[in-house]
Amino acid sequence: MALNTEEVLEGLAELITDETGIDAGEVALEKSFTDDLDIDSISMMTIVVNAEEKFGVTIPDDEVKNLKTVGDAVTFITSNS
Amino acid sequence: MTAVLNQAPLTAYSRILAMGAARGENAVPNDDLVGPINSSDEWIRQRTGIATRARANHETSAIDLATTAAKEAIEKAGIDPAEIGVVIVATISNPKQTPSVSAIVADAIGATPAAAYDMNAACAGYCYGIAQADALIRTGAAKYAVVIGAEKLSDIVDPTDRSISFLLGDGAGAAVLGPSDTPGVSVSQWGSDGSKSHLVGMNHTLTEFRDGESEWPTLRQEGPSVFRWAVWDMAKVAKKALDDAGVKPEELAAFVPHQANGRIIDEFAKQLGLPDTVKIARDIETTGNTSAASIPLATHRLLEENPELSGGLSLQIGFGAGLVYAAQVVVLP
Repeated sequence: MALNTEEVLEGLAELITDETGIDAGEVALEKSFTDDLDIDSISMMTIVVNAEEKFGVTIPDDEVKNLKTVGDAVTFITSNS
Repeated sequence: MTAVLNQAPLTAYSRILAMGAARGENAVPNDDLVGPINSSDEWIRQRTGIATRARANHETSAIDLATTAAKEAIEKAGIDPAEIGVVIVATISNPKQTPSVSAIVADAIGATPAAAYDMNAACAGYCYGIAQADALIRTGAAKYAVVIGAEKLSDIVDPTDRSISFLLGDGAGAAVLGPSDTPGVSVSQWGSDGSKSHLVGMNHTLTEFRDGESEWPTLRQEGPSVFRWAVWDMAKVAKKALDDAGVKPEELAAFVPHQANGRIIDEFAKQLGLPDTVKIARDIETTGNTSAASIPLATHRLLEENPELSGGLSLQIGFGAGLVYAAQVVVLP
């Protein structure tokens, strides 16, 4: 069953909080992982692997480079779930 | 008529008898390296867990470090070096392809005419060597084996590279193995995935350098991809190694993963669900990532600082360029 944007954003925010301690309220679609949320590439990969498990999607390494914002990640997950 | 081919008598088990270590003479702090990579001590500590790394003097070679480490292990093992049957040196940084480091070291430690060979399995080299030494002793090919991980990675670093160079250190760790009445080395989980060979390794060949097509070849990696493989894929290998050894995580005294990066160690330990009773090696904090030397160096240090671990079980896992990996459970000497 395809997931909607709200569900994915909430789930992703939870994963980001678990990994980085960033408040879930800070995680908005337009935020850049690196510039706004200060998430480094190692934490990003941990979030990606956990997102794969949570949402039942596969996010290849090559694709991770394209996920610049939270919105990019949410779009990818909703399109591939 | 069936040929009669004599076979060596089998030995039931092997074990690590003793270990030795030698690190580069200089403790190089992060601040010495941050300029060319536009970084900071805080960034390096937060990203890797490293405060200082051991770097050798110009005139100190990996051969010197390997010899020192091996001599310590042999003395502690209390064996006659003339009875050593094989010397295996795992290394990726020998600046001279031949003669091998192992033949020179074997001679220096009094082991001539032992079999001697270098082996390139990157950061899995020491664990590959332990798997081989165990098999060689048990099949009667050698009575005692010396397995050394030896690297002078400072010879192949690019100070401006942000992907790996600042992690790297110089050192050698050695183990002497011999016959045992009780199991000392479990069945190894080892393998490769050459489809990912592009993720970490040298950036150019020697011939490209010779022909003026490149700068001096140095190590580089695609960090995030390597991190992902090192944690999640290798956690599966580690679990299989434990299962096949018949060991539960709570039965371990120590966990010694390749000291690739402090963040990898943290996440890896989390994936394995190790209880607090298991000592996790973090030699990387002051030694850096020494590739094939990292596991024996970390094990040696764990034993020096925690002698009560002697006789306990240690899960060791190496993983690196190739990509290649190897894991086994050993009884700590």
